[in-house]
Amino acid sequence: MTDSNDILSIRNVYKVFGDQPDTAMQMLRDGSTKEEIFEETGQTVGVFDASFSVKKGEIFVIMGLSGSGKSTMVRLLNRLIEPTAGTIELKGKDITGLGDADLLDVRRKEMSMVFQSFALMPHMSVLENAAFGLEISGVDKDERNKRAQEALEQVGLGEHSSSYPHQLSGGMQQRVGLARALTNDPTILLMDEAFSALDPLIRYEMQGELIRLQQEQERTIIFISHDLDEAVRIGDRIAIMEGGRVVQIGTPEELMRNPADDYVETFFKGVDVSKILKAGDVACANSGCTIRINGSVQSPPTNGSQFGYLLDNSDKLQGVISLKGLDATAKANPESLLAQCMDSHESINSSDMLQDAVKTIANSDYPIPVIEDNGTFKGVITKDLLLQTLSR
Amino acid sequence: MSEFSLLDPFQYLNLPLGEWVESILQYLVQNFRGFFRAIRWPIDQVLDISEGILQSIPPLIGIIFSSLLGWQLAGKRMGLFCAVTLFFLGLIGVWSESMTTLSLVLTSLFFCVVLGVPLGILSARSDRIEKIVRPVLDAMQTLPAFVYLVPVVMLFGIGNVPGVLVTIVFALPPLVRLTNLGIRQVPADKIEAARAFGCTPRQMLFRVQLPLATPTIMAGVNQTLMLSLSMVVIASMISVGGLGQMVLRGIGRLDMGLATVGGLGLVLLAIFLDRLTQAMGERSDSSNTLHWYETGPVGFFVRTFRGAQAK
Repeated sequence: MTDSNDILSIRNVYKVFGDQPDTAMQMLRDGSTKEEIFEETGQTVGVFDASFSVKKGEIFVIMGLSGSGKSTMVRLLNRLIEPTAGTIELKGKDITGLGDADLLDVRRKEMSMVFQSFALMPHMSVLENAAFGLEISGVDKDERNKRAQEALEQVGLGEHSSSYPHQLSGGMQQRVGLARALTNDPTILLMDEAFSALDPLIRYEMQGELIRLQQEQERTIIFISHDLDEAVRIGDRIAIMEGGRVVQIGTPEELMRNPADDYVETFFKGVDVSKILKAGDVACANSGCTIRINGSVQSPPTNGSQFGYLLDNSDKLQGVISLKGLDATAKANPESLLAQCMDSHESINSSDMLQDAVKTIANSDYPIPVIEDNGTFKGVITKDLLLQTLSR
Repeated sequence: MSEFSLLDPFQYLNLPLGEWVESILQYLVQNFRGFFRAIRWPIDQVLDISEGILQSIPPLIGIIFSSLLGWQLAGKRMGLFCAVTLFFLGLIGVWSESMTTLSLVLTSLFFCVVLGVPLGILSARSDRIEKIVRPVLDAMQTLPAFVYLVPVVMLFGIGNVPGVLVTIVFALPPLVRLTNLGIRQVPADKIEAARAFGCTPRQMLFRVQLPLATPTIMAGVNQTLMLSLSMVVIASMISVGGLGQMVLRGIGRLDMGLATVGGLGLVLLAIFLDRLTQAMGERSDSSNTLHWYETGPVGFFVRTFRGAQAK
């Protein structure tokens, strides 16, 4: 569990809401269910035995429907809500037992939060809002305004620094919220349904913005969402919560291929597969007929394919050849093999999302080859394979 | 003597509340005179200063100054309004009395703010304190002023200072209530955001809660002023000077002219103060984006000065 890459690890965290958490905890240890506890003691179990760890530099999405405990979960991380039991380790240090001063330090330096409702201060200008975190940390005015201005420029609001929040649109207000969190330069960014209050177009744009910022800065982000499309788009890994329990954790593809239970499966039922899978996940190495530059042909047994893929000695794709016109004499000679190649061919990078490749595959006469970043041949995607995958 | 009857037990059972109050009061008067004199002292000082200043300003200067203030706070129309109201006060011949009343009202406002805002903050922070404070405020607002007028005279004597004191008792509650309400009404998400960024309770109060509660607190200040003004007439019974005294004398002598002039003076003063504090409340609203030095006469002078420099 204590991987050196883990920046935050949560172990056996419970949260009981109510005035007798000890009774409820004892009942939980004795194996009572949430419902039994609520009936007998009136205590609500918000988070139930949550354990997971977040790696440095990843976007970790906590997903669930409303009431699943995801918002409680994220507030346990910076102790806006005190956990009833369990440990939360930030960079290997347990923060559940921290005193007031140390806790303030964690909130000021390590974790910043972006809120669903934006929660900007209406009496402060955009710049003052962005500088809010530094102001309460006691950073002097010039320094904090400089850093706040930089953060505002990162989110594209550099020119609005003297406006007031009520003069901005929802999307712009949330950019200010994001800038406020970025100004602190936190180790971890907590985003509580940060884009849920925005309309779909703006939400999509903000997701893109977040992905762009993440590519530039490599921050660790914990993102709360109830929207699977959003989770799949921005998340490196997703934790699915149901009724206060973490049901399953994994990459979007893992969750889709091996759902732990019906709940997870239903979640993924309506989702567009092409947004989850990458071309490399689909490409099948067996379905393509490969021709080595030395002339050896490897054709899969059930092959009706009319095309071959010319590879050099290090498996790099050199071209696509129509098998019809290919005769034995040409096979022996590398130059003539190269001459037989089609003038141009399309290919897809294996890390491309399937949705971006659909059009290319559909419009092509031959199965599209998929290559790695370094040009290595990975396999092909036929139209049949594409249809099978999409109709899952 | 009739027999003991269950249907009317109060012929035999009674609580001598009145006697108790009298003996407690006697005890206080005899043993704590020094303490009550000490309470008089700060009120005396503030009252002396404010009355000294207000009475020494010539009426015309006073009118010009307050219309400039009105302009600064709420624009040219407000400035004009202030000038007209105050001019009329002078015209009906009650300028000096008005200034006495104004100083009484401002002094009691000063102490109401000093006491009321912290009390409001405390009761916003703790439900227990609120539970204790609430019935006390209810009593302060509903107890007829005549009831505590007598003990106040016994403990503090007569004159302007005890007058200010009874005014404070009557005018304090709305400020405490509205401060409490204003702070409690600060949206929870703003509080949560402030906590998430590491605010100490003190920073929370001064950077988030009080600024966001300011419009409500200003409404409380406005109410306190209005109540103070209405109390001034009653307080004149314990020999408080000013417009209230005019009204009281007018009633006593059946001199309707005198009473009306005094009453009208009070109304004009009330309108003047009400508009001014309302304007201040609106200014503290978040939708105002201009800085104070960019508006009103100050803004005018700043612009002129900058314009002159540019040339």
